[in-house]
Amino acid sequence: MNWFDWVREAIRKEEPLAVATVIRGPEAWLGAKWIIDPTGDGWGGIHPELDAQIRELAQRYLAIGHSGTASLSTLEGEVEVYIEAYVPAPLLIIVGGTHIGIALASIAKILGWRVYLVDPRRTFATPERFPHVDRLIHAWPDEVLPDLITSRTAVAVLTHDPKLDDPAVIAALQSPAFYVGALGSRKTSARRRERLRRKGISEEALARLHGPIGLDIGARTPEEIALSIMAEIIAEQSRLRQVVQAAAPEEASP
Amino acid sequence: MWEVLEAIERWKGRGERVALATVVKVIGSAPRDVGAKMAVSSGGEMAGSVSGGCVEGAVFEIAQEVLRTGRPRLVRFGISDETAWDVGLACGGTIEVFVEPLP
Repeated sequence: MNWFDWVREAIRKEEPLAVATVIRGPEAWLGAKWIIDPTGDGWGGIHPELDAQIRELAQRYLAIGHSGTASLSTLEGEVEVYIEAYVPAPLLIIVGGTHIGIALASIAKILGWRVYLVDPRRTFATPERFPHVDRLIHAWPDEVLPDLITSRTAVAVLTHDPKLDDPAVIAALQSPAFYVGALGSRKTSARRRERLRRKGISEEALARLHGPIGLDIGARTPEEIALSIMAEIIAEQSRLRQVVQAAAPEEASP
Repeated sequence: MWEVLEAIERWKGRGERVALATVVKVIGSAPRDVGAKMAVSSGGEMAGSVSGGCVEGAVFEIAQEVLRTGRPRLVRFGISDETAWDVGLACGGTIEVFVEPLP
């Protein structure tokens, strides 16, 4: 296997992998590659002294999903290495195989997201209605969401039916999901918050809930609403990225 | 990478060679982030992007040269930077693009 085969495999299996490339330095080293996985195991290498430094950097970059360059010194001179962290695409879980869900799945796929659809109702969640999703999951949301959600997951709850919506929202709010939104007018959203409060959901957890879902762009059609939801998810992702960057300034030279 | 993978597989399936261009550094404001990719086939097709369309033409030419020589190249594009191809970024930023042949 060459380096490109490794990358292709990692993307297919949705596994994280770092690729380091010499972009400046002695002519013979230009383009040299290292492949490093999150445990520090790797493939390639050109110089024992350099290999150790790059492995450590790559693991750090993988942990925060950051790609960038680093200047390293060797006995042969300065070397600049570009390290790219390939981390699996973020995941959008749509709860409810509704018309808005169909449009939302298409928009998320255009943006390169992985998309799962969760709906126990088989007439709604069909492959014909959802040709773009990566997984169709016919199950009750609260049974499957805890195992699917990570800190890189956004959850959009769209069924409009409290007996499906409420357990899904509760499961999502109790998970590390970075975004949780639920469909409904101001009135519906206020009633939902009241029900969740009665079920013992804390104000802190409720503050994380985006409802009414989506940015206010005056959306009317299901497609426009889907666009407003995806825009809100991207806005939240960008806000969190800025928080992370402010907390841990980049060590690599810009 | 995912956005250029399908095209790369298609070209390789036809027995063509492929060069990959990656934005490795961004200084100031630029349309694409570090990691943005553009792939070029020996048959003259391209996929993906490294800017807002400002330097893709030049990167295409460099990629063809890289495919001919088999040697990777690091290229810098900036508005104040006179490059041999006389292109630059309208947004005023500077980017560095690494162009390499795929194995």
